[in-house]
This record gives sequence, structure tokens and C-alpha cells, in this order.
Amino acid sequence: MLDRRFADLHAAGRRALVVYVTAGHPTLDRSLELLRGLDDAGADVIEVGVPFSDPMADGAVIQASSQRALEQGMTLDRTLDLVARARVRAPVVLFSYLNPLLSSRHTLLDRAAESGVHGVLVTDLPVGADPELEAWLGGGPLAFVRLVAPTTPRERMAEIARHGRGFVYLISRLGVTGERADVAADLPATVSALRDATSLPICVGFGISRPDQAAAVGRLADGVVVGSAVVRAADRDIDAALSLVRAMRTSLDQLP
Amino acid sequence: MTARTGAPDRFGAFGGRYVPETLIPALDELERAYESARGDPAFRTELESLLNKYVGRPSPLSSAPRFSERVGAVVWLKREDLNHTGAHKINNVLGQALLARRMGKRRIIAETGAGQHGVATATVCARFGMQCVVYMGEEDMRRQALNVYRMRLMGAQVIPVTSGTRTLKDATSEAIRDWVASVNDSHYIIGSVVGPAPYPRLVRDFQAVIGHEAREQMLSETGRLPSTIVACVGGGSNAMGIFHAFVPDAEVELVGVEAAGEGLETEHHAASLSRGRPGVLHGSLSYLLQDSHGQVHPAHSISAGLDYPGVGPEHAHLKDTGRARYVAISDRDAVAGFELLARLEGIIPALETAHAVAWIDSQRGRWKAEAQVLLCVSGRGDKDVAHVSAASGADV
Repeated sequence: MLDRRFADLHAAGRRALVVYVTAGHPTLDRSLELLRGLDDAGADVIEVGVPFSDPMADGAVIQASSQRALEQGMTLDRTLDLVARARVRAPVVLFSYLNPLLSSRHTLLDRAAESGVHGVLVTDLPVGADPELEAWLGGGPLAFVRLVAPTTPRERMAEIARHGRGFVYLISRLGVTGERADVAADLPATVSALRDATSLPICVGFGISRPDQAAAVGRLADGVVVGSAVVRAADRDIDAALSLVRAMRTSLDQLP
Repeated sequence: MTARTGAPDRFGAFGGRYVPETLIPALDELERAYESARGDPAFRTELESLLNKYVGRPSPLSSAPRFSERVGAVVWLKREDLNHTGAHKINNVLGQALLARRMGKRRIIAETGAGQHGVATATVCARFGMQCVVYMGEEDMRRQALNVYRMRLMGAQVIPVTSGTRTLKDATSEAIRDWVASVNDSHYIIGSVVGPAPYPRLVRDFQAVIGHEAREQMLSETGRLPSTIVACVGGGSNAMGIFHAFVPDAEVELVGVEAAGEGLETEHHAASLSRGRPGVLHGSLSYLLQDSHGQVHPAHSISAGLDYPGVGPEHAHLKDTGRARYVAISDRDAVAGFELLARLEGIIPALETAHAVAWIDSQRGRWKAEAQVLLCVSGRGDKDVAHVSAASGADV
């Protein structure tokens, strides 16, 4: 499903808009409303974040959204229910830290697939860290999406790409998730090095919060991930979050 | 649990490198720097000289005649409380600061719970002229205000952490977040035998000086090895430090004492080994306090230094192999241990150490009279005097 989505986008000459939302944020009902609105707002891929108590790769906005979701009783099981109820058209990638996944290891992947999840991305399981867990995540029905960082050496990029499915998530800059004023200066060089290492689509995330930034990144990559800015907008109201997604879509669609 | 049992970054199945991709090259670099430093006589000479002339090593092995009489065995105290800055933490910080200098990194990040590791890091950074940023939970800053002042006095920037439980766990997450953003010019001096590989092994090796000295001291004082070694365990660095040299001595019993807080039967404790199950936090697989959904359960202990829901992966391995055993002591008994060592030996131990004192006291009559019990006095208790006196209703 992810592969087809990226192939269609490629054929149409369009960049993918990947939108991250935290499951159960700001409330269970409004999270469902947000998810259901994302298709029409223009999201091509939806990353659904599984809230974790100790999100060490996330900045203040996603930390707070995770905490708020947990306080309202959000769990991995309920995240899958949420996805199943939302019935979105865009492929869904489960975005999680490792520990919550370990607790339901035996049944997780099949249940996720039945709920309408197509891919899985694990923040704290880098390539080579745990071959058994990686074989489990990559050997089931979901596409196991891997991350490349700005610090990743060239030769490791190729290794990561070999293990990845669906697309490669390129972290645009050092640091945790969150909005930034500018786009990293070394991004063009990193994207081009990654292009040499893989034929998978490249989606760039971390720090992209405005339509003009999305466009700047969209000139380089196959897709753009927006997370914290949408989550922060959803804190206030769902319409504001969906408007931001629409603005990002418009901006990306103006690219040649 | 994983296929990596026996891999170089593991202790049995435990340990590993469960971190964001951004940090992998820095961990590789640290590993290479450490391997090259280990084989470099100049590095070892410099570290040894600093440990002797700046920290005051070797730390003494003291007898404890009145406590021994009460316990019914010969108790020996390994006096890490007499180190410069008052705890074992500085052994590790000095080693890592030298590694940071080797790697050309001039900015140091640290997390701290009780403040002892933060103070040790601020101290060494002052000595080496390095920039120092310490993350400390807001709740711990309140409990350990004096240590906050000490760190600032030595030029460190202390940043309050207001997320989550506002204690060591969240300070560690925040330090990692800083490092992910600053990894090219900063080194993260983790304070215990936790975190991603190579930290648990590296910190253990820098703390192993405690056990190497104690082993020699026991043999030269008494001609025998101790029957039992007792140390408190939060992350577990003083315990790994004193255990390590004795792990091959199968006849020496190793006992780690965790914080039972308000009781193991309650939800308010920090006994990861006694009550947790394997999970991943802060980059390694080890025993972890967590709920059935894999969310980390907040720890509780009267002692900020033990107030951590995880534990070093090598302790998890020692537990599973049966080489060490792990017990737990409540807040209330720890305070009694604090008072006991002060009254009987004129030594005010850190509240962390007081857990180990209290466990030995709870085992009165267990040992034969000639048995030797070696207690690691991980730190001094001056930092805890105000907190304990307030808890016990005394006016200071």
C-alpha cells in the first residue's frame, strides 16, 4: 500500500505529504475527528504516534501531547482501535518507541495489519541494534520504515536503506522533533548522498512547520513530514490543524 | 529475549543500543576513543594521578567495631564518602572527562538525581575548563538545594527539568535530548552503569577501582576475601564498581540493595530488579518498572539517587545468572540505617548507602562471628541531613 502510494505520487510528479498525529491527542474523540479529516486535507501518508511515557527523541510539543494522551488512558491497543475506526484512505504508519511494542509482541503485527496499519517506524531501534527484533518487525505484514540521521555516515546509509521498506525517513537536522525557523543548510547534500544509497522514496522530517519550509524541502525530497506544528495546532482546535495540512498540500502542489 | 546474547554490547541478553539513529556515530566514536585510551599508558597514568592527587584515592577501608558488634560479623567500610565531592561518582566523571578531551569535545552534558553526579561533573569541568550543563528534575532541585548551589558555584549551568515526574528519569531523557542536538561538539557523561553501549561497561570500568582497591585492602588487612559484599543499587554504579573485581570469586556473596520506598507491595518504590520486568529505557534493555502496556512506571524513593525506574543491564545479568542477589529496603528502614551508622561509627552515610546499612542490620545473627561483610559507603550524608531531619520532624 505504501509502495503503491509512492508510485502513484511519483507518476503524477507530486511530493508526498506525510502527517504525524499523536494517538488520543487532544482527546480520543477529537483524535478520531482529526484522523478522519486528514485524507480530505491532503495527507498522503499518516503517521500515528503511540504515546510513550519517556519520549527521548521528541521535543516539548509531542512530549506534552503524549503525556496528555496517556493521562486519558491511551494505549497501544486503543491506538489500533482508533486506526480501525478512522478508516482513512491514506496508508497508516505506526510511529512508536520500542518498549510499548514489546509488551504485546506476539500478536501486535497481525492485529495492526487487521486494524488498517501498513507500516511501522520505531524511534529507538536503529539498524543493527537487535537483529531478532528487527527480523520480527520486518518479517510481518507491515513495512518496516527506517530512519537516517544527518550524522549517519555514507556507508551506513546504504545499510539502513537495504533494511528499510516503504520509504526512508530522513531526519533533517540534529536534535529532537519540533518546529524550527529555517531548514538545515546541509540538507541538500544529505539528501543527495541518500539518493546515491537507495532507490526508496525519501521523506524528510523534523523541524518542518510552515508551507514555505515544506516547499523548500519538497524541492529536494520525495516527501515532507510535518508533526509538531500539526499537533500544536490540534491542541487548540482540529480545524486549525486541518487548515495547516491543507496549506502544506497547496504549497507542495505548486512545486514543478 | 533477543538474539544478541553474547554480543559485545550485551551482558547476557541485556544492554544494547536502543537509541535514535542520530546518536549511533557518537556511540561508535566513544567506543573507539575508549578502546584506544585503555591501551594508552599515558591515559592510564594521567587518570591514576588525578585519582590519587585530586580525588584522594585510594579511599580507606575502615573497620566498624560497634556496628560489627551489633551485627555479629566483622563489617568493613569502603569509604567512597571520603573522595573529593563526597561520593564515588567522581571516579567515572574523571575518566569520561579525559575521554571527552581526547575526542576534542569541550562541552559536557550530565543528568543528576541526588546531585552527587552533577556536583562531580561540575567539579571536573571546572578543573579542566570545560563548559558544563547539568539537567536536574525540579523535584530533586528542591530536595537537594545545596548541591544545586555547589554546581552553580563551580560554573555549571543547572537546568530544571519540569517534564514527567521531575526526577532522575526525566533529567536523563532531557540530557539525551540535548545530546541529540549537540552531539558534534558535546559529550554526555552519564552518571551510572545505564544507557546505551558502551556506557554501562565504560562506567563500570571507571568505577571498578573501588573493588580493585577493596580486594587488595581486604587481603592485606585480613588475608581473606569478604564473605559478603553489600552495596545500594539505583542505576547501580557503586555496586558494579565494588562487585566487578569479585565476580570471579564464587565464594564471595554479592548483594545489591534497592529502594523499597513505601514498600514493595505498594506502587511507590524503586526496586526495578525485585519488581520490574525486562524493557527498554534510555537506550538499554534491562529490568524496568513498567505497566502492562509498556509505559514506564514512576519510581519512588526517599533517596533521590535511587529514585530511578531502570537499572544497569549488567545487574540484570548478574541477577538472572544468580551471581548476585538483590534485596530491597524501605524509606523508613533507610532512615534508621542513616541514624545507626552515624551513632555507632561517627559516619553519616548518604541516604542511598543507608539502604545497604539497613539491610546488613536486618540480617543480624545471619553470619558466623568471623565472617567479613564489606559495605560500600557510596557517599557521605551531609546532603541529606536537612531532608532527613525534616522527615523525622527535627528542627535544624
